[in-house]
Amino acid sequence: MKHTISVQLRNNPGVLSRVTGLFSGRGFNIESLCVAETMDCEISVLTIVSRGDAAVIEQITKQLHKLIDVIKVTDMAEFPYVEREMVLLRMKAMENTRAEVLRIADIFRAKVIDVSAKTFTIEVTGSSSKVNACIELLRPLGIKEIVRTGTVAMARAPKNK
Amino acid sequence: MKKVTGAEAIIKLLKEEGVSTIFGYPGGAITDLYDALMDADLKNIIARHEQGAVHAADGYARVTGDVGVALLTSGPGATNGVTGIATAYCDSIPIVVLTGQVPRALIGNDAFQEVDIVGITRPCTKHNYLVSSIEELVPTLREAFHIARSGRPGPVLVDLPKDIITAKFDYPAKKAMVMPSYQPNIEPHPRQVEKACKAIIKAKCPVLYVGGGVILANAQDDLIELTRKLNIPVTMTLMGLGAFPGTDPLSMGMLGMHGSFCANMAVAECDLLIAVGARFDDRVTGKLSDFATRAKVIHIDIDPTSISKNVRVDIPIVADCRNALKAINQWFNTQSGINLEEERACHQPWFEMIQKWTEQHPMTWHDDESGIIKPQYVVEKLNELTGGDAIITTEVGQNQMWAAQFFKFNKARHFVTSGGLGTMGFGLPAAIGAQCAFPEKTVIDIAGDGSIQMNIQELATARQYHLPIKIAILNNNYLGMVRQWQELFYNRRYFATPMEVLPDFVDLAKAYGAVGLRATKKSEVESVIKEALSTDNVVLMDFRIAREENVYPMVPAGKATTEMLLV
Ligand SMILES: Cc1ncc(C[n+]2csc(CCOP(=O)(O)OP(=O)(O)O)c2C)c(N)n1
Ligand SMILES: [Mg+2]
Repeated sequence: MKHTISVQLRNNPGVLSRVTGLFSGRGFNIESLCVAETMDCEISVLTIVSRGDAAVIEQITKQLHKLIDVIKVTDMAEFPYVEREMVLLRMKAMENTRAEVLRIADIFRAKVIDVSAKTFTIEVTGSSSKVNACIELLRPLGIKEIVRTGTVAMARAPKNK
Repeated sequence: MKKVTGAEAIIKLLKEEGVSTIFGYPGGAITDLYDALMDADLKNIIARHEQGAVHAADGYARVTGDVGVALLTSGPGATNGVTGIATAYCDSIPIVVLTGQVPRALIGNDAFQEVDIVGITRPCTKHNYLVSSIEELVPTLREAFHIARSGRPGPVLVDLPKDIITAKFDYPAKKAMVMPSYQPNIEPHPRQVEKACKAIIKAKCPVLYVGGGVILANAQDDLIELTRKLNIPVTMTLMGLGAFPGTDPLSMGMLGMHGSFCANMAVAECDLLIAVGARFDDRVTGKLSDFATRAKVIHIDIDPTSISKNVRVDIPIVADCRNALKAINQWFNTQSGINLEEERACHQPWFEMIQKWTEQHPMTWHDDESGIIKPQYVVEKLNELTGGDAIITTEVGQNQMWAAQFFKFNKARHFVTSGGLGTMGFGLPAAIGAQCAFPEKTVIDIAGDGSIQMNIQELATARQYHLPIKIAILNNNYLGMVRQWQELFYNRRYFATPMEVLPDFVDLAKAYGAVGLRATKKSEVESVIKEALSTDNVVLMDFRIAREENVYPMVPAGKATTEMLLV
């Protein structure tokens, strides 16, 4: 099962390698990883997407929590949450496919952010599955290059309060 | 206020933390610190190898329960310490290792004797630090000690750039430590305690399975109280030996790969397994799917990651073992409607079953008429002639298992062994640390001929500081434990395990100014031990034992613990 885990940690030197070292050392899998500072520059939030059965995910969250620099670990599966990732795609700009590329981009509310004579670059943002779907539709039309972020996730705000 | 140097601040802080002895080895990056230490009233033990220094600090910590401190220089000094750090990590021993580092301006430049020791030790420390500003020095060291000794203890390394050691600054006043990201849970949840107690009442065949966590938490008295109250038999892991008196009728001795028949049978047949400060290591459980299959499992541990890691736990209690055992005892003391007499009586048939197993296959060994020395005999004689009142350290291999099986440990912190990492070369430096802590006690390293050579240089350290440790080499002229596996599982192909060249250990002892004694016949064992125990010097005893003696019982790796090979 795929799990998105959000980790709040003290922004100390080497903290990222403590986390990645934990995953590699214990044979846990990392599908994607995203990290940046929060509003408080001393605290970062790291979002990890991992795979494993319930026991593995339980170990992952406990082991993360055991790291001295880790403040809070949340397995997003426990709450409703929103998640996004972003991909930049460089497409071949060919006469016969240009219109189709733009049409697909439009369906996915993607943006064209850079254009040259032979290429254009598209930014797609969304859940992992939406990004994947968009890539699959664009693939036959000539993708030259892909750069993709990991997932970031946030619990949904409580509705009635 | 007068300014202090980094070195002076470190010394001041070490004293504030109650440190009295530092085990170390000098070098360029920490010369300023040793210079300051020359005038400080702290005891410095200079080892002969940094691994020895760290093991000694570790041994000191194991016997005292205090944080052990090691001081190493940068580069090779620090890397030499890594095995020591990993050894302490695997057994959750509180030590603080201070390493010198090149000046901050040179870090990352491949400077002379620069290594990224923080990077290297990240997976084998509980936490580690590179001090990157002078303001951080004292707070970091305070945190280091706090982290090392609290929660599940462990080694903490602090890397000290040379220019931090020499910088001048105002020593900061002591402040309350705020570490929101580090809050070990030490109090048991009352509801979990109640659940556990009710499960204990329900059980007819309970077993206490006790590990090093009980010793680390100083919970042996609370454990004894619980066993007395309810008549529950106890088995211990290698790390748990001494947590419960080995001579007590309720003690089943060690369990697992080389555990007693009755302990392994009892765990297999019990209806309630109460694990306290133990972690279901593969050497204990054998084949997991066959482990304690009939039992409900209570697991008390301070480290949540230990719980349900290998074995499914029914009633987890995340807490300090001592607090948890106290809470359980308290529950039984205050709960109305419980007749302890009846509870004890209810476990009597189970206890009798266990006694039957013990009679069937006691922990024993075969003697013969040949006069050849059996290693078990040596250990039993050591036990007898010290009255069981000695600190025993061990090396690793058969010697370690015979020590665990045949020395009767009645008190906590008297058995010092590398359990988790199984580090050959641990016993001698650990004995040095133990003897430093308790100069009046008898400290004996039960050793193998292979292991003892891994840190033999520490004989000089023991001599230099007048630490009259005793070393009993169970000399089989083999890397015996590996040879045993070759005999049993590799068709007796004894490759790489014969020690084709051994030093003359008696002459070697003499070369270090120690005393060397040898026994080649059973009849000589007692007099050699007696002479060693009455000698006020380091003594190395070379017992030439039956070369192909094996450690039994043995559960082959991957087999169920009931599938024991017996003597
Ligand atoms: C540093 C290290 N290297 C290798 C091993 C693997 N090993 C485990 S026991 C053993 C044999 C130890 O021989 P010896 O010290 O003579 O003890 P014996 O088993 O003969 O009593 C070896 C090589 C180890 N545990 N530690
Ligand atoms: Mg040997």
